Amino acid sequence: MSPRYLPYILILPVTLFLCAFFLYPFLLVARQAFLSDGGYSLQNFRETMGYWKFSISLQNTMLLALAVVPVQVSLALLMATMVSRMKKGRDLVLYIWTIPLGISDLAAGIIWFAIFEQSGFLNSMLTGLGVIDKPAVLLGYQNPLLVFIAIALAEIWRATAIMLVILVAGIGLIPKEYYEAAEVFGASPWQRFLRITLPLLRPSLQTALILRVVLAFEVFAVVVALGGTLFPVMMGQIYSYQFDLQNAGGAAALALVVLAISIAFTLVILRALRVPKGATI
Amino acid sequence: MAEIQIKNVAKAFGSYTALHDINLTIADQEFMVLLGASGCGKTTLLRIVAGLETATTGEVWIGGRRVDHLPPKDRGIAMVFQNYAVFPHLTVFENIGFGLRMKKLPEAEVKRRVERTATLMHIEQLLGRYSGELSGGQRQRVAVARALAMEPDVILMDEPLSNLDALLRLEMRAELKGVLAESKTTAIYVTHDQVEAMSLADRISVMHQGRIVQADKPVAIYRNPAAEFVAGFIGNPPMNFLPADPRGDGKWMVAGQVIDGPTHSGALKFAIRPEDVKLGDHGLPATVRLVEPLGAHLLVTCDVGGTLFRAVLDSDLSLKLGDTLTLTPQGDRQRWFDPATTLAVA
Repeated sequence: MSPRYLPYILILPVTLFLCAFFLYPFLLVARQAFLSDGGYSLQNFRETMGYWKFSISLQNTMLLALAVVPVQVSLALLMATMVSRMKKGRDLVLYIWTIPLGISDLAAGIIWFAIFEQSGFLNSMLTGLGVIDKPAVLLGYQNPLLVFIAIALAEIWRATAIMLVILVAGIGLIPKEYYEAAEVFGASPWQRFLRITLPLLRPSLQTALILRVVLAFEVFAVVVALGGTLFPVMMGQIYSYQFDLQNAGGAAALALVVLAISIAFTLVILRALRVPKGATI
Repeated sequence: MAEIQIKNVAKAFGSYTALHDINLTIADQEFMVLLGASGCGKTTLLRIVAGLETATTGEVWIGGRRVDHLPPKDRGIAMVFQNYAVFPHLTVFENIGFGLRMKKLPEAEVKRRVERTATLMHIEQLLGRYSGELSGGQRQRVAVARALAMEPDVILMDEPLSNLDALLRLEMRAELKGVLAESKTTAIYVTHDQVEAMSLADRISVMHQGRIVQADKPVAIYRNPAAEFVAGFIGNPPMNFLPADPRGDGKWMVAGQVIDGPTHSGALKFAIRPEDVKLGDHGLPATVRLVEPLGAHLLVTCDVGGTLFRAVLDSDLSLKLGDTLTLTPQGDRQRWFDPATTLAVA
């Protein structure tokens, strides 16, 4: 067999798999999005994007991503730097910090619901300490900010670890000599972080950010568990079009909108954190 | 003035002692080479002077100031690393200017110094490039320029040429010597390559198992090794050793021949460099075991009294295996070592 064709033959199985289970369903969804009343049109987009809940759910999704992702990046960077400096017990700490990764997002939502609900841990603690007289409704329509905070906290708790894992691997790839050179040439620990770690971590930051931002636009189960209908998000709208309203065309159109937003952000991140040619480790 | 004094420095990593009680003074503007096999502690000693490693005990003084408690940046040093450590995300200009910008020098001064050192190292046309676009030799030049741009009192180099190919190493070696002599800095240079050490150093410290065995001028180390280790380590091919039995009054029996030597009780080892023997009428009887023509001369491995013995002889000789020769050691080049202490006996 000619070695020229070998790479293509080797990637053939995974290509077939992706075509069968991702590309084909995607094309079906895309077709459905543009199909209404037996003809192709933008009717589904007009209908779903014109609905009053569209702008509020888009806004909520964006706000949540805006609140969660920067905190996750900072936390993951801090945790990754700490873990990388540890000499002993590093693996143990890493395992413990990544436990939330093994929990499904709905379960994570329910855990945090158990903290915030009327008979939950937070209320019991506050009444036990005498801060409040009787348990309060924390996750109600009266407290939209608290609902938002609870969802954001749950998301941060649940999904920071995936960034952490990527960043720890990335930091591990930076040769120790760069830090020593920076130290000898007068960079303080903070300057070393800013001028060595961060720029050399760009490829890992890219991956981590894209993954997190895309997943942040797909937030669903945690919101359902903690906010119910109080906090509509894009994925929730897609769900209700598909299953409550039995409008598959509308659901498909909204799914494409989320896809477009995800692609746009991915391109922005790739561009913002690109590494010039010849400047890689 | 930047004299370096290393006083009673010892370093232990857990139960392993990397350095035992090192004492060394390096004069202002001196080029000191730390030479030894890998694991002898030479890099550890350099890193202690740099401040990248802390000595378990002892003091480091630079320019009359005790520095062992100071961070690297406050010691007046610059360093060239083995793998260059040229920052990949910065251009050559930014790399050379890195330390100057950390010192918050005015941008005009940064530019002036970067351009001056870049010109000195012949990389002025590469200032806009990233390290990924440079060859190994060019990266090496950037690393040296970055250190020189700091105008340090002391420049520390950790095997800076070991990653270059042979030809480039030769070229950089000569260049480095010139540039450093001009910069008037004190230099400590770590290497395992004895040729590099001999050609660069004002003085060489030969290290072995965490100790400095001998610190002296290159020729002195070559001619008068203080210990058997130094004699065997320096010189290629290494020095020959033959057992010597005392015959009294400074007479020694070496391979069946009586040779004049020092007065000493107990057995000694007779030592002579391969290039310090000549073909003669009287001397050590040798049987040829291997002949390696090296162009300029012939490297002949012989059997002398049951011990392998190398001699560097004229390349016009035609020798074949099994030939018997008489090798005359040059009288003033004979050395004697005490096998009990491994030290030289005068």
